Amino acid sequence: MTSVAHAAPAHGGAHHAPMSFWRKYIFSTDHKIIGIQFLFVSLFFLLLGGLLAMQIRWQLGFPGQPLPGGGILPESMTSGGVILPEYYIQLVTMHGTFMVFFAIMPLLMGVYANFLIPLKIGTHDMAFPRLNMWSFWLAFTAGLIMLAGFFVPDGAARAGWTMYAPLSARPDLSGATYGQILWCISIVVLGLSSVLGSVNYITTVINHRAPGMTWFRMPLSVWALFITAILAVLALPVLQGAAIMLLFDQTIGTHFFDPIAGGQALLWQHLFWFFGHPEVYILILPAMGMVSDIIANGSRKPIFGYHSMVFAIVGIAFLGWIVWGHHMFMSGMNPTLGSTFMVSTLLISVPSAIKVFNWLGTMWRGNLRFTVPMLNAVGFVSMFTIGGLSGVFMAATPVDMHIHDTYFIVAHLHYVLFGGSLFALFAAIPYWYPKMFGRMMSEPIGKVHFFLTFIFYNMTFFPMHIIGMGGQMRRIYDPTIYDFLKPQQPLNVFISLSAFALFAVQILFAINFLWSLKFGKKAPQNPWEDNGLEWSLPNPAPHGNWERTPNVYRGPYEFSSPEAGSADFLPQNLKLPSDRDPVPATLPAGH
Amino acid sequence: MHWWLPTAASTFAGPIDGLFLAILIITGIALVIVEVGLVWFSVKYRARPGRKAFYTHGSTRAEVIWTSIPAVTVVALGIVSNHYWVQIKGRDSVPPNAYGIGVHVKQFEWQITYPGPDGKLGTGDDFTLRNQLHVPVDQPIVVHLTSEDVIHSFFIPQFRIKQDAVPGLTINAWFQATKTGEYEIGCAELCGMGHYKMRARVFVHTPEEFTAWMAQQAAGGTQ
Amino acid sequence: MNRRLLGMIGGAVVLAVVASSAARQTAEAVQAGATISGKVKFTGVRPTNPKIDMSEEAACKAKYPTAPTEETVIVNANGTLSNVFVYVKAGLPAGATYPVPATPVTLDQNGCRYHPHVLGIQVGQSLNIKNSDPLLHNIKAKAVKNRPFNVSQPNVSATPTVRTFNAPEVMIPLECNVHGWMNAWLGVLPHPFFAVTGADGSFSIKGLPPGTYTIEAWHEKYGTQTATVTVAGAAPKTQDFTFAAH
Repeated sequence: MTSVAHAAPAHGGAHHAPMSFWRKYIFSTDHKIIGIQFLFVSLFFLLLGGLLAMQIRWQLGFPGQPLPGGGILPESMTSGGVILPEYYIQLVTMHGTFMVFFAIMPLLMGVYANFLIPLKIGTHDMAFPRLNMWSFWLAFTAGLIMLAGFFVPDGAARAGWTMYAPLSARPDLSGATYGQILWCISIVVLGLSSVLGSVNYITTVINHRAPGMTWFRMPLSVWALFITAILAVLALPVLQGAAIMLLFDQTIGTHFFDPIAGGQALLWQHLFWFFGHPEVYILILPAMGMVSDIIANGSRKPIFGYHSMVFAIVGIAFLGWIVWGHHMFMSGMNPTLGSTFMVSTLLISVPSAIKVFNWLGTMWRGNLRFTVPMLNAVGFVSMFTIGGLSGVFMAATPVDMHIHDTYFIVAHLHYVLFGGSLFALFAAIPYWYPKMFGRMMSEPIGKVHFFLTFIFYNMTFFPMHIIGMGGQMRRIYDPTIYDFLKPQQPLNVFISLSAFALFAVQILFAINFLWSLKFGKKAPQNPWEDNGLEWSLPNPAPHGNWERTPNVYRGPYEFSSPEAGSADFLPQNLKLPSDRDPVPATLPAGH
Repeated sequence: MHWWLPTAASTFAGPIDGLFLAILIITGIALVIVEVGLVWFSVKYRARPGRKAFYTHGSTRAEVIWTSIPAVTVVALGIVSNHYWVQIKGRDSVPPNAYGIGVHVKQFEWQITYPGPDGKLGTGDDFTLRNQLHVPVDQPIVVHLTSEDVIHSFFIPQFRIKQDAVPGLTINAWFQATKTGEYEIGCAELCGMGHYKMRARVFVHTPEEFTAWMAQQAAGGTQ
Repeated sequence: MNRRLLGMIGGAVVLAVVASSAARQTAEAVQAGATISGKVKFTGVRPTNPKIDMSEEAACKAKYPTAPTEETVIVNANGTLSNVFVYVKAGLPAGATYPVPATPVTLDQNGCRYHPHVLGIQVGQSLNIKNSDPLLHNIKAKAVKNRPFNVSQPNVSATPTVRTFNAPEVMIPLECNVHGWMNAWLGVLPHPFFAVTGADGSFSIKGLPPGTYTIEAWHEKYGTQTATVTVAGAAPKTQDFTFAAH
């Protein structure tokens, strides 16, 4: 049996009376359904974020030109189809907000922490299934509140996704009234969703592992999701607190962040980035974890340096709490703090480097199968390396003086978030699609999607390093105002055109995803010949997962093991004659 | 089309550009190792019938090597960076003979106050211009940054100088221009709808030109 | 017929026609209302308005053959003050409403200046704000009784930005934050009885029904002055104001 707290019967399948459509698919407490709900909603916000980006790139590539189709936007946003400056800063703000909070974070945590954790550790569901359902509906509600910002008088919040005060605290200075309030409320609601979800993930991993699933037999995806959940449960409340303080400054006359009455502008930055830095590790660690699983599988080899990989995840998570000031080197913060934050920031590159070398080590002397997930996972390693290395420039404080708040930073963050996290999702989504939906996504379309995305992605974001070096500032509506930027404008045009192509190519992914739901090839039980516990279940996995809790006999990456004979994989729960049944990982009460 | 860092026109540019180049070389080497490695392995170890992967869980020696080399490298980088950081931004970094200019930033302009012919800020011959910074070449300048409303950022790319102007604080940022000519200030912190339009011109004069300009301004300005 | 009698009758007819038309005009004049007009004078040393340095906005600077000056105090050659907003502050019949004009009031941004510098508008009347400069202006209305707004026009406007005001407010400051010297003043009234003194320093408020009125003259630097004026019938009244330099 699994754990003490879990009172559900030992068999999976239908231990409920037949459920209505609403209870089964809408107000479900099944972690897999909740994961799929997060998937659909988050993909919608990813699309929305992309549409906002297309408008940004239009204005930057062709400043002052009417946006094609811009006529449908109201007079508060465009004039004669031309994007107005106050709408432009709403675009950059909401693009960042939707992508970070409503696309990438829920795609990694809401989808894969929910979907994978119980399956990969061998239990029936999360520790708190009803709380899990609340976590989704709170996130959904937060998304609607955030979206409402575009439809209220004076429009959406517009001080950047980083929402620096006092600009964000003073409607008379920003022009945003209700939209700013809605941003704050949405963040508080979303934070609650994250915290509830994380409590579930942490509790489930600690208490509900199947017999034999020791800590160091857990797949790296689970390790990463677990550590990320700890980051989230500690970091999100800081943001919630800051958002509430900002809300009060906006509405009830406090001045936490406004020196006009004793407040401190820098206080917002410290609070925001104390959350914000762990947040970016929340946005990358699960991606790294899933990529590890996929690369080991695609290489038909154990992950190189499993223990180092675990320590690297923990190291990144730990160091992630003491680097926040690197976002504030030029803020007016005490320069001595600049020195200390520089040291911690330079150090955090080391565990990331360890991971990259271990992925290379995994591929070395492997037997590489370049399926769509593997292609995207290798693409992840390639792009994340660029993103991580560009971070070294920023860590060096004197260099940061030049590149802070320029497009060099924008290049860096997109290389780690898109080149990193999103490519990892382009790997994870087709990989676990059969487990979710019982069908395969199309390999040929997936391959074309990968190659075109990879090419247009680099064409879009690599040149941003160059215009950033040249000094192009972030969030400016028209670079051609400046003589020093005019020579670089051709690159802005190039970037915009590449971005339009990049966005257009995503239609392949959308079609593949949606079409395959109904018409994809029916999936065999273990299409990737993987070792994870989830692949011992039918596709799609049934409610309750296992009839009988599996026993775990080995680690997750026993590919090409001599013990496997002619097969080049060895599932975690496959009992070999030489194996003994494991003692339960956690003992029930009374024993 | 401009592909590299802007023209170097201050004493900061040397160390900053040098550090930039050093980091580019170091990260470039790392990048080449990783990317070439990825491509090479992808080709060399692609699945073929009859092949089997090499079953290993890793190598402690490899871990030690690829942990210690990056660690030593970043520590060295940190030491060099901090040396220049302290010189540029440290508490005692402003040269004692720096010429003081007041820069009061607001939505959406730079109000620049000059000390006038007596060279002292806060006296009767001070005058304020909008969006024009005039400085003599080869002379340390310290800008006293204040903000009227929200956070802005004082950025002159060719001087490699950037410093946020924060309401409620007076922040001193110093630089020394090395080339006469005309440059620009851009605001480098989102400050509202007019953020992109916060451009000011910077005029670096020879000492004689600067004195003449100062006298002319004091006498009633120019058009 | 007696020729003299004919002449007297003809004369009487003419007289009657003239008298009746005069009476008709008087009746119309009584319906159209009285006029209060006058001049706003300035005494004392005429201040020099500081020059505006538009060097950092070349497209605006080019519109001025000689350097423009700030418009805070404009004293005319005849010793009168321009840009004084004169309006009926009190005395109109309680509950009286006045039709909102269909024609909008236009505020133009040209040469990095607002034209006009001081303007009046009725509650509910449209203010059309246009940009005639090929560069960014923002119009920030720091209204207190009305909803404040801050909108941008990044280029010569294809269509004007339109705003209306729901509450009387004297005066709403308007400013452009990109060009710190640019400001204007807007008076919002529930009636049409206001005027702004022009280049000759005079104002004229027409169509007032009989009554006793408080007239206020507002200047952005010299503050306000009030006067009480009683009008009856169609007889025009004159009311001057004098602001002194300080």
